[in-house]
Amino acid sequence: MIAALIALIAMVPFFWMLSTSFKSRSALMSMPIEWIPSEPTLDAYKKVFTQFPFGRAMFNSVFIAVSYTLITLVSSSMAAFAFAKIRFPFANGLFKLYLASMMIPTQVTLIPLFVIMSRLGLINTYGSVILPSLFRAFAVFLLVQTIRSIPDDFLEAARIDGAGLFRTYWQVVLPLCAPTLATLCITTFMDSWNDFLWPLVMLSDRSLMTLPLALNTLNGQYATEYNVLMAGSLLSMLPIILVYVFAQKYFKSGLMAGGVKG
Amino acid sequence: MTRKKNAPLRSMRDLMRASPFLLPSVVGLAVFSLMPIVLSLLISLTDWNGLDKLAVSGFFADHFIGLQNYKEILSGGEFWRVLGNTGYFIVLYLPLLLICSLGIAWLLSKSYRGVGVFRVLYYIPVLTSWIAGALIFRWVLSSKFGIVNNILEIFGIQGPAWLQSEQWAMPSIVLASVWKDMGFYGLILLSGLQGIDKNYYEAASIDGAGAWKRFWRITLPLLTPSLFFVLVVSLINAFQLFPQVMIMTDGGPNGATQVMVERIYKYGFRYYEMGYAAAFSWLLFIIIFAFTRLQLSAQKRWVHYGS
Repeated sequence: MIAALIALIAMVPFFWMLSTSFKSRSALMSMPIEWIPSEPTLDAYKKVFTQFPFGRAMFNSVFIAVSYTLITLVSSSMAAFAFAKIRFPFANGLFKLYLASMMIPTQVTLIPLFVIMSRLGLINTYGSVILPSLFRAFAVFLLVQTIRSIPDDFLEAARIDGAGLFRTYWQVVLPLCAPTLATLCITTFMDSWNDFLWPLVMLSDRSLMTLPLALNTLNGQYATEYNVLMAGSLLSMLPIILVYVFAQKYFKSGLMAGGVKG
Repeated sequence: MTRKKNAPLRSMRDLMRASPFLLPSVVGLAVFSLMPIVLSLLISLTDWNGLDKLAVSGFFADHFIGLQNYKEILSGGEFWRVLGNTGYFIVLYLPLLLICSLGIAWLLSKSYRGVGVFRVLYYIPVLTSWIAGALIFRWVLSSKFGIVNNILEIFGIQGPAWLQSEQWAMPSIVLASVWKDMGFYGLILLSGLQGIDKNYYEAASIDGAGAWKRFWRITLPLLTPSLFFVLVVSLINAFQLFPQVMIMTDGGPNGATQVMVERIYKYGFRYYEMGYAAAFSWLLFIIIFAFTRLQLSAQKRWVHYGS
């Protein structure tokens, strides 16, 4: 009962978004307000797609988030494998550097990173928002924990069978990390999908805009046409909600990895 | 053994073995983390406006101003006012967030029909981007056509012009932030709750402990590791609030919702005072670092790790 009540309160803003997105411009300002639009219309959605490269923004967001996630998973799992299972000099010092870097807030590196990106000629390219995925300390940290728990015997067996380090990594270690990788996949995808500040600084070209940037621009153009803004917001949310509903199982298991007892 | 004799050779070989795996990540660390951190420190000591070329030679001769930026920030009134606004946000946000996410964790820990649906529902705000979330809230809180004031009117309450009022703008941002974040922290606390051994409760019931007593004596103490995690992470994030402010009020009305990151963004990318913005960001880091250290050192006094 209480759960339903709180869910109801939490859902009110979404209800209002949904209702508003089907209103015409004049119905926005009718008094008393229409809880459910009396003459539902798709005008707002038409406007989002015709007046604005919204489909393009959707593509950009998908492309960037998928590339970002893939690179993060590959690069971080490789590094984590090295940290967890290969003895090499300075491993400890390097790993501490990884942990320390997690404490620096993104705002500190925002300006110099902008400078570096402009030096590399990457401003207004996909690269500027995708390449930073090479380094994700949190992902490395989480994967090192997982890979450490894989018994050395497994790796030894692979070695005896004649597998090189890369084969071992690819065919033995990665499959055993699947649950952690799945969790990371969702959280990384979500972070990239919803990121605002970094793309805002890096991408000013309209054709490269991600969904949050497109919404921000939409906000600049139609600041008071809330039916258009709400339609855009709703459209931008759908893909990530779908991903979540399908992948929820992994997400939960990842969050609870630490806490569950029989 | 031969191991000692060949030690340098062997460690060279180990490094060769590990380096292909490390390479992508370490290049990323160097280019996207370490280099910017060092550069940021250097830029904060200059009056760079973002337009002159950042060259190796001559740049510092022209632009180096020592600790001038830091002095200026700390002696001006703006920094303290903005810090005050950020503090005000945190003071309202943290307790409300804790209560709401505890509530959610508790509701989701029971088993009844439809609990899976609620789990998704509570999580939808977390999945929403802040831009969409903030736009929605701007509309929901609209003084005349917003749904909040119209609901209040049913009860005969005249709601304020939330985002246009100096008094209500910050509480509105707090409300939106709690709404967006409670699902996330709720799920973390839920996993903490589910980790508590059921036997404790049985034993307590046999001893005649009531529901309240069980909550205070068992649930809360055993939940402190999760609570600690939530407090540390949410405080760090709270200091960095930005997109909600940007969309909902843009720092207004009359500067009432100007906060740290909003200032850093505006000094850097609106006014092109890069040096000033960089110095501002380091001050933010110092504050976050100090608070996190404080929390870490205080944890012994209230966090119970399993015996």
